[in-house]
Amino acid sequence: MNRLGPGPVGSATAASAAGQYRVCGNCRKVPRQEKRVQVSPPLTRGPSAFIPENEVMQANGLDERTNLLVEEYSTSGRLDNITQVMSIHTQYLESFLRSQFYMLRMDGPLPLPYRHYIAIMAAARHQCSYLINMHVDEFLKTGGIAEWLNGLEYIPQRLKNLNEINKLLAHRPWLITKEHIQKLVKTGENNWSLPELVHAVVLLAHYHALASFVFGSGINPERDPDTSNGVRLIAVNNFCVCDLANDNNIENASLTSSNFGITDSLSELEALMERMKRLQEDKEDEEASQEEMATRFEKEKKESLLVISGAFDDEIVSTDVSRYIEDPGFGYKDFARRGEDHLPTFRAQDYTWENHGFSLVNRLYSDIGHLLDEKFRMVYNLTYNTMATHEDVDTTTLRRALFNYVHCMYGIRYDDYDYGEVNQLLERSLKVYIKTVTCYPERTTKRMYDSYWRQFKHSEKVHVNLLLMEARMQAELLYALRAITRHLT
Amino acid sequence: MEKMARVTTALGGNALTGRTMFCHLDAPANAISVCRDAAQVVVAGRNIFKIYSIEEDQFVEKLNLRVGRKPSLNFSCADVVWHQMDENLLATAATNGVVVTWNLGKPSRNKQDQLFTEHKRTVNKVCFHPTEVYMLLSGSQDGYMKCFDLRKKDSVSTFSGQSESVRDVQFSIRDYFTFAATFENGNVQLWDIRRPDRYERMFTAHNGPVFCCDWHPEDRGWLATGGRDKMVKVWDMNTTRAKEIYCVQTIASVARVKWRPECKHHIATCSMMVDHNIYVWDVRRPFIPSAMFEEHKDVTTGIVWRHLHDPYFLLSGSKDSTLYQHIFKDASQPIDRANPEGLCYSLYGDLAFAAKESLISSDSNRKPYIGDRRHPIFFKRKLDPTEQFEYISSSSALSVFETDMESGSMDWFVHTAKQYALAGRPLAELCDHNAKVAKGLDRNQVAQTWTMLRIIYSSLGTVSSANLNHSMGKGSATLPLMNSFNLKDIPSGLGSESRLDRSKGENRTENILMDSSSTLINNEDNEETEGSDVPADYLLGDVEADEDDLYMMDHENPHAEEQEYSLPQEAFPLRHEIVDNPSALDHLQDKADSPHVSGNEAETVSLTPVESFSLISISHSLYENRLPTDFFNPIVRDTLLFYAEQGDVQTAVSVLIVLGDRIRKEIDEQTQEHWYTSYIDLLQRFQLWNISNEVIKLSTCRAINCLNQASTTLHINCSNCKRPMSNRGWICDRCRQCASMCAVCHHVVKGLFVWCQGCSHGGHLQHIMKWLETSSHCPAGCGHLCWRARYRRSSAAPWSGPTPPSPTPSSCSGSPSPGRSSCAGSPTTRGRALPGVCGAAAEAAGSGQAGQ
Repeated sequence: MNRLGPGPVGSATAASAAGQYRVCGNCRKVPRQEKRVQVSPPLTRGPSAFIPENEVMQANGLDERTNLLVEEYSTSGRLDNITQVMSIHTQYLESFLRSQFYMLRMDGPLPLPYRHYIAIMAAARHQCSYLINMHVDEFLKTGGIAEWLNGLEYIPQRLKNLNEINKLLAHRPWLITKEHIQKLVKTGENNWSLPELVHAVVLLAHYHALASFVFGSGINPERDPDTSNGVRLIAVNNFCVCDLANDNNIENASLTSSNFGITDSLSELEALMERMKRLQEDKEDEEASQEEMATRFEKEKKESLLVISGAFDDEIVSTDVSRYIEDPGFGYKDFARRGEDHLPTFRAQDYTWENHGFSLVNRLYSDIGHLLDEKFRMVYNLTYNTMATHEDVDTTTLRRALFNYVHCMYGIRYDDYDYGEVNQLLERSLKVYIKTVTCYPERTTKRMYDSYWRQFKHSEKVHVNLLLMEARMQAELLYALRAITRHLT
Repeated sequence: MEKMARVTTALGGNALTGRTMFCHLDAPANAISVCRDAAQVVVAGRNIFKIYSIEEDQFVEKLNLRVGRKPSLNFSCADVVWHQMDENLLATAATNGVVVTWNLGKPSRNKQDQLFTEHKRTVNKVCFHPTEVYMLLSGSQDGYMKCFDLRKKDSVSTFSGQSESVRDVQFSIRDYFTFAATFENGNVQLWDIRRPDRYERMFTAHNGPVFCCDWHPEDRGWLATGGRDKMVKVWDMNTTRAKEIYCVQTIASVARVKWRPECKHHIATCSMMVDHNIYVWDVRRPFIPSAMFEEHKDVTTGIVWRHLHDPYFLLSGSKDSTLYQHIFKDASQPIDRANPEGLCYSLYGDLAFAAKESLISSDSNRKPYIGDRRHPIFFKRKLDPTEQFEYISSSSALSVFETDMESGSMDWFVHTAKQYALAGRPLAELCDHNAKVAKGLDRNQVAQTWTMLRIIYSSLGTVSSANLNHSMGKGSATLPLMNSFNLKDIPSGLGSESRLDRSKGENRTENILMDSSSTLINNEDNEETEGSDVPADYLLGDVEADEDDLYMMDHENPHAEEQEYSLPQEAFPLRHEIVDNPSALDHLQDKADSPHVSGNEAETVSLTPVESFSLISISHSLYENRLPTDFFNPIVRDTLLFYAEQGDVQTAVSVLIVLGDRIRKEIDEQTQEHWYTSYIDLLQRFQLWNISNEVIKLSTCRAINCLNQASTTLHINCSNCKRPMSNRGWICDRCRQCASMCAVCHHVVKGLFVWCQGCSHGGHLQHIMKWLETSSHCPAGCGHLCWRARYRRSSAAPWSGPTPPSPTPSSCSGSPSPGRSSCAGSPTTRGRALPGVCGAAAEAAGSGQAGQ
């Protein structure tokens, strides 16, 4: 295969003159012509468009990592780019793969093709064609009915009913109520049993979150022709490569305005570490009143409003993706819109994953609870005690800030967390990135990825992505499971 | 001190009185605690913090501790505790990590006393020292426990669990210095309050978080813990290693445990999720709660016994915003509703039956049975005089019935499976063949069924109505008995009912079902059988005559079969010159010819013959109008359902395969799949791999068919260079050596290669078989006991070939037991992969797929 080095997106082969080329809505470039696609190279070397290939390949703990990858390759017969990028964090990858394997392939309430179709539906909410392609293949392999791939009109009513909850879960999970659950569970012949529903919800949340990871880490389409054949699928589905590379080349006003000039990014890092230290050591100093703490959460919530990701008013969704979604205009709306404060904050202490979520999930879909529990724990506690070039750093506060900030955007509040910390630790460009990746992952660009934490290693940025992804998944699960619990009581 | 308190209550004459009652709170409660004098209770939650006094028949709100205009997170309580020494002192744990103490003696409206903001995360639990007034302990999500002296502003000492969040802390009741802490990772730690540097002991109590613990109020060494893994465990801490002495399995994760006062073995629990009830368990009887309170509509979050020495009053708070007082005499006792009869099969087909003693002894039908093979054993549970609970019936009798090995024999199943022809010949021939097989095994009803099927589906229109009618009548009269037990003198209502019904015989299907259930009470010994007034030879003779008639007709119209003919399908197209399978079959047929025990089964079927129901009108119209064959489909379907229901899934599946499309549409896919999986499971348990593969191949269910297509590829490595072999199985492309040599003849094996999964030596199937007849060691001389390995792992037998009598089949024979419902195999085996894909079985699976 003829590969080009990392270069400007899509421009390499689009040069040939031909009148019938369509113009991609996103990047205003001409997609490749179909017959040339056989030789069309991947955009960049390596699994990610954001991360240089050698970064992915050289990480610590090589032996362990190789073993794990070999094992994964021999069980699934492929080594997709997600796995490769995640393998920077071997420990995490192991629990990730285990839970994904369990929900896709092991005993469970849903038939195999259903699971992949649900994955497609979930990924389609974020127009993540990478995941869609992957699961279209799997769907067909597991004996799915090819007709379903024509779009939502062709699927059974039962699956269609899942649309509503898919939509809410992906963009505004706080709107899920027990009525939604009832609608799914009590509809005569098309009803979902609770175990099936829980399985579906877990899958949906998993794939929404995974879409965040895919866009956040700029996962490249699969290039190996005999594995998942991303190249071929580009041809088949007419996706513009920009969909896959996520580099929208769109200027983002809020980005340029923020404070990441070429200024002293080194001192930035120092400052961040200084702040972390202060937070860890002398909490007494700033002893804020309780009322103050409460308002800080509100403030953070409100402030996330301001963190907007540019002018993407009318997005053009390619038809190949849109056939899997209903109501494509439905997107993330800020939890805290000014003027409408009627939405109650989700109090994390009243419905925690450890106490409540786990018990319910495990009861209805046995063992997945343990796997997810392990995964959440793993990602929450994962640390190498390093920050950029510094070693022996306790990153707990930083990780907690990232995790809680995601939950904050979904309206989940921890009583025992001082949301002032978020403000101190997460700079604006990082907030923009977080918000984009969790709420509108399809809009993530390489610029955004590059613009925060310049001193940090790529592996650390992947770590951030993992945290965001799991925090998002947990948030979605908490809302969905709480609704199911309410339905049960 | 405790004693004093008790005396005063007794002296004061105010023994607790009250009734089951509740009051509405304004908000969900998170925890409750009682005052020492048992007259007041405090309720705390996110939006509530109130004190209620407990009156005779109601709760009265005494005090609202949430004061101030702005709600502060300090009021958002995760836990509350009332000091047992000082009735003015309360402590709460707030969700934001603050520990607050309250002094009710304060004159102002705001009773808040002290504020400790040392924890970084939510505080899950606070606990006062039982005898020390000023000592307070807290456990938090941040993994620390802190001990506060209420006279000081800061904590006295901090204990770091060095692990995840602390879920509960409890001072030991007797050991002044000891406290227990439970953790989210499943550990329990014991600490000495004087030594904050290191815990004294630690052990893993649960899988997943331990939500709660409670020291036994009397027995100093006992600690009860409850976890997310749905267990309540009682630990004896007196020994050097904590020993689990009791374990109660509940149905949901356990949120709180509280020992019941004055009852050594009783403990109250409530759960975190899903289940809203409060249970009181006797830890010695962990299977059924001794009492249950079902009042709450949402999860119970706090339980507390109203008084330290009174076991009859329990208070509880819940997320449904109610506060309840439960009185013990109003508790529901699940044991009332429990089914006191138990029935269970043993591995060898013995049957144990336990029932209330009264039920068994009062039965007049129960007669002593002399010289039987039955050894009833009676157990009687003595009432425990110290027991506070009276169980409804604590005495029961257990009878154990032994089955003789022969009646449980499944030989007929194996023979039938091997001899049935399922495809490859015209329908009529198949039916005839199978009828003969069944007949040869004295399974007359099955034989009749096959004959009838032939008549219905292949020679329609030429059957004399009289014959048809006759044979059908007979078919329903003789039932095969597959497995019989000496259950006769069990006073089951089932037996007597069916005896009554048998005389009616109006409705055919119903009658048959009844009869089938009555086989339960039939046994081998004719003299014991009630219905044996009908001479057995009469039945048999009659059947013979029928069959002759039928065969006659067969000769008259052979041409009717022609359109049924299809190309023979070889189940095992052997690709090589070695003829293994025929020899294997020969061997089996030898066995089949020998007299076998199930031969007398037909005789024991001694049901009163059913009145021949009239089919004459039907058969007339049949003759004249030439009814389409599917006219009979409903009947055939019922027949199959009947067989499956009876446990003979073999017949059902065989008929299904033989009839193919003719009947398939009549039976829903799921049932078919269920039958197939059951039958295949049975076949595999008997190690009839080839037949099970044939069945899989012939089945029309997609789900079944694909069983064969899973894992049909065996990747092998070259035995020389240890690298994967490519296309050909016997020669390695890399090292150019012949890899698969027969360990016996040292020639290359092309074709069926059988190898031991233990030592991976192998060779020609026949050679290995021959070798193993004389030796149990590996022919390669590696010293491995291949033959033993076969016994050790009977389900995945390393050698597949002829099946020697192994102990396993008898253990399987329990599956298609009479009286048990539906198909023989358990539905749990659905979708199971083929076990022991090795040697010939693997080859067969491969070729089966190739044949399609």
